[in-house]
Amino acid sequence: MERYYFDHNATTPVSPEVMEAFAGALAEVYGNASSVHRIGQAARQKLEEARAQVAALLNCERKEIVFVSGGTEADNLAVLGVVRHNRQARRHVITTAIEHPAVLGACAQLEQEGTAEVTRVQPDAGGVVDPDEIRRALRPDTVLISVMHTNNELGTVQPLEAIAAIAREAGVLLHSDGVQAAGKVPVDVKALGVDLYSITGHKIYAPKGVGALYVRSGVSLAPILHGGHHERDRRPGTENVPGAVALGRAAAWATEHVAAESARLSVLRDRLERGILDRVPGVRVNGDGAPRTANTCNLRFDGVDGEAMVIALDLKGFAVSAGSACSSGATEPSHVLIGIGLTPQEARSSLRFSLGRANTAAQVDALVEAIVAAAAHLRRLSPAYSHA
Amino acid sequence: MPEDLVAVAMSGGVDSSAAAGLLHRRGVPIVGLTMQLWNQRRLPELAVDGASGRCCSIEDVYDARAVAQHLGIPYYVVNFEKGFEDQVVKPFVDEYLAGRTPIPCTLCNNFIKFDRFLEMAAGVGASRIATGHYARLGVDEKTGRLQMRRSVDTARDQTYFLFGLTQEQLARSEFPLGEFTKPRVREMAREMGLPVAEKGDSQEICFVPNGDYAAFIDAYFRERGIAPAGSRGEIVDTDGRVLGEHAGVHRFTVGQRKGLGIAAREPFYVIATEPASRRVVVGRNEELLRARFVAGQVNWVSIEPPATPRRALVRIRNKHVPAPAMVHPTADPRRAEVRFDEPQRAVTPGQGAVFYDGDLVLGGGWIE
Repeated sequence: MERYYFDHNATTPVSPEVMEAFAGALAEVYGNASSVHRIGQAARQKLEEARAQVAALLNCERKEIVFVSGGTEADNLAVLGVVRHNRQARRHVITTAIEHPAVLGACAQLEQEGTAEVTRVQPDAGGVVDPDEIRRALRPDTVLISVMHTNNELGTVQPLEAIAAIAREAGVLLHSDGVQAAGKVPVDVKALGVDLYSITGHKIYAPKGVGALYVRSGVSLAPILHGGHHERDRRPGTENVPGAVALGRAAAWATEHVAAESARLSVLRDRLERGILDRVPGVRVNGDGAPRTANTCNLRFDGVDGEAMVIALDLKGFAVSAGSACSSGATEPSHVLIGIGLTPQEARSSLRFSLGRANTAAQVDALVEAIVAAAAHLRRLSPAYSHA
Repeated sequence: MPEDLVAVAMSGGVDSSAAAGLLHRRGVPIVGLTMQLWNQRRLPELAVDGASGRCCSIEDVYDARAVAQHLGIPYYVVNFEKGFEDQVVKPFVDEYLAGRTPIPCTLCNNFIKFDRFLEMAAGVGASRIATGHYARLGVDEKTGRLQMRRSVDTARDQTYFLFGLTQEQLARSEFPLGEFTKPRVREMAREMGLPVAEKGDSQEICFVPNGDYAAFIDAYFRERGIAPAGSRGEIVDTDGRVLGEHAGVHRFTVGQRKGLGIAAREPFYVIATEPASRRVVVGRNEELLRARFVAGQVNWVSIEPPATPRRALVRIRNKHVPAPAMVHPTADPRRAEVRFDEPQRAVTPGQGAVFYDGDLVLGGGWIE
């Protein structure tokens, strides 16, 4: 069966050019980048070239990039690292209700261990955080604001520049989880005005297991792992050179192609959205009206069980997603959709389609046909769902 | 035209895995679905170190997934936590607090496995479902009515828990294990190379660790911030004399002897629990005998509802040896009066009463 992948916000396949760079590094660059000898130096050189490529994607200095294991570590290092480095008696963190669990979990950990108090700002019904809400949440002891750049489920773009101005004025550091933004929208950390910014490889066609944290020069972090002096004492552990090379190559592709690829994907996304809205009644766009990343489309199908729809579509060869997976693999209502005010029932009726490099107009048209059929089938059964 | 897709309810145990394997071996197109029924992170005080055999543990899901991968079939986990809590766990707790002894497995079969699961199956494109239950399905050649019979393995037979199934539900269900004994099922699981072939049997009430339902009810109430309703009360004999104290009516079930804490020459048994007065009534073994009772919400499985009294063997709990009785229709078609030939011990409100004619499951209801 032909399989079409519409779940690029979950992860992306490794692109051919990244595969080549990654395989080349695995085969040839085996040295320890911290070694004195020239085999080690060769690895160091590859690592630093990759760092330059990632810095170019984010428009920052090479030394401001810390390689880590992925988005979760980048978010944890930013949140835990900033708060734990600050030694003031009372510490307060502002974040939002629609962050990734890597940020929410790190914040909850700080609360649990009594290190910091946390305010979680609710977004509006469109999935956008109001900068004034951030301003109102500020306290004299606020040490960090963490607001994602673009949302993983809705694709909504947050007003980071405005939030950065508020943070700067208050003298508070601003972290942004950019895992879902890098490669989808142009990222310029200087123009955005953020102090820390997380990215991961596997959302931009590099492999799992590598990511990076931008740390603005002058910002200090307490490390969350303890060991050697790697990554300027910010992240111990022998450097993952092949991973960094892959991330660097993916970053270089994204830097070059982000504008054109976003334009292409927005046409496809609109074709998908239009195709469904025109042919299936009772469908609403979650996050409608807000600025969104070009590849993401989150739709609510009245009277349709999203979990059943995902499985029905998968059995027809279309990979899409609903909600978030719990440890067993079952679907839980998305905290993001609940966070923008949907009822659990509405959240369970929502599906996310996220497009990427391999998707074509023909694939989108096939997906629309499958959705029209699946929605009609599930709605025919729907009276039986009335006792839900 | 390929055969219709069948959704197999896979728990990760030997039985449902073998059911999937047997259908797959017959060339039936199947999809494996595991129902996530209960969040094991809840009620952490009940956690058993290194526990397995608790329902919906991550290990069970891994096992089911491993079986599906071994067979090369599509497989998914579906989230039924809310329905399970609303329609099985809450009624289970409420029944105990109302002085009855519920059977959650029957509720789960009626409202989850053969209702919501059937809907989920239909939703994903499977017109039929299969489970690892030990029961047999057939058809009455004369009337065309679907019939349920006891499994050939009478020790494993699960028809006691399936008396609530309607013709519509039976028409869309299969029980691939009904013709086999448990040892044979295990043997076939080995032959098919299923990774769970040597796995132990699951416990009786899947969401209650170690069968300690009273601890479960207390923890469930604590989680919801409600003081355990099982407040203290008196233990009295059938003449109303106070013999002692107890820690909550939900800790007692009719016929129970242990845990009463009364010293007496002859053993005392629980005759009844009275939640309103918080009294537990105890008495002699012979006081537990009942010759008749009324069953409510009666469902006739293999026969049309009879208009006249029907001879039957009646089973009043899972391990009870069915006893000869007459089942009398009442003015209310959903209720029937059961009159035993010989009085039976511990007829317990809240349990099921299932009527058999030999192997044939005539129907059943809930003891009132």
